[in-house]
Amino acid sequence: MLRQASRLLSRSVAAGTSKSATARGFSTEVPSTIDSTFVESWKKVAPNMDPPQTPSSFMKPRPSTASSIPTKLTVNFVLPYASELSGKEVDMVIIPATTGQMGVLPGHVPTIAELKPGIMSVHEGTDVNKYFVSSGFAFLHANSVADIIAVEAVPLENIDASQVQKGLAEFTQKLAAASTDLEKAEAQIGVEVHSAMNAALTG
Amino acid sequence: MASTAAVPFWRAAGMTYITYSNICANLVRNCLKEPFKAEALNREKVHFSLSKWAGGKPEKPTLRSDTPGV
Repeated sequence: MLRQASRLLSRSVAAGTSKSATARGFSTEVPSTIDSTFVESWKKVAPNMDPPQTPSSFMKPRPSTASSIPTKLTVNFVLPYASELSGKEVDMVIIPATTGQMGVLPGHVPTIAELKPGIMSVHEGTDVNKYFVSSGFAFLHANSVADIIAVEAVPLENIDASQVQKGLAEFTQKLAAASTDLEKAEAQIGVEVHSAMNAALTG
Repeated sequence: MASTAAVPFWRAAGMTYITYSNICANLVRNCLKEPFKAEALNREKVHFSLSKWAGGKPEKPTLRSDTPGV
């Protein structure tokens, strides 16, 4: 019976992908309906068992792409150990992308941006919240949802300026003394991160 | 399509993105004020034992632990 199930599954999948190459929509566009062909084939093979649920049926559906630009940006800012902001509606965020500081407004072009060590600021009315982000990614979706993920993000007040200066001096010296490519790369990373923290504290 | 796009310096030196990202995060954690620094370093403690297998038998395990005496 299980052998039949895989044949039925592959038949329904093949029917789906025979359409154009972009048959799979983005997570913001695909409606959260269950595939009826699969459910019918399942019921024929195993009428007494419920069809298996997929992870997407347990998830809240993402907001769909509005036809007009929404007024607010929904931000999800997560770290490996905590969810800093979850579904927060803001006016603008400025993210430290590798291509420079990027301002994100509602209706921003869908983008995937790699982040460099720098300041991320969240603007809500007149409130501005700043975090120093160590590195990460920002996913901007067509429905004005921004998913920002970082490994480490701290409010600027938590950074110790004297340690930053010490670290900067130490890594500048290591960079001068480095011999192998790997040592140079590590020292370079140290210099970049500490310079960014320095600039964040003083700028 | 430019497959000769400029690679970041760390990838040119043979480092992966995860290694780069972890180094950045560690450097930021080391520059925090107390008590945030102690919290962050405590959070990142790991404890694991790794052993490679050869010929159906485990070889000598390597233990990496930040909690002494365990």
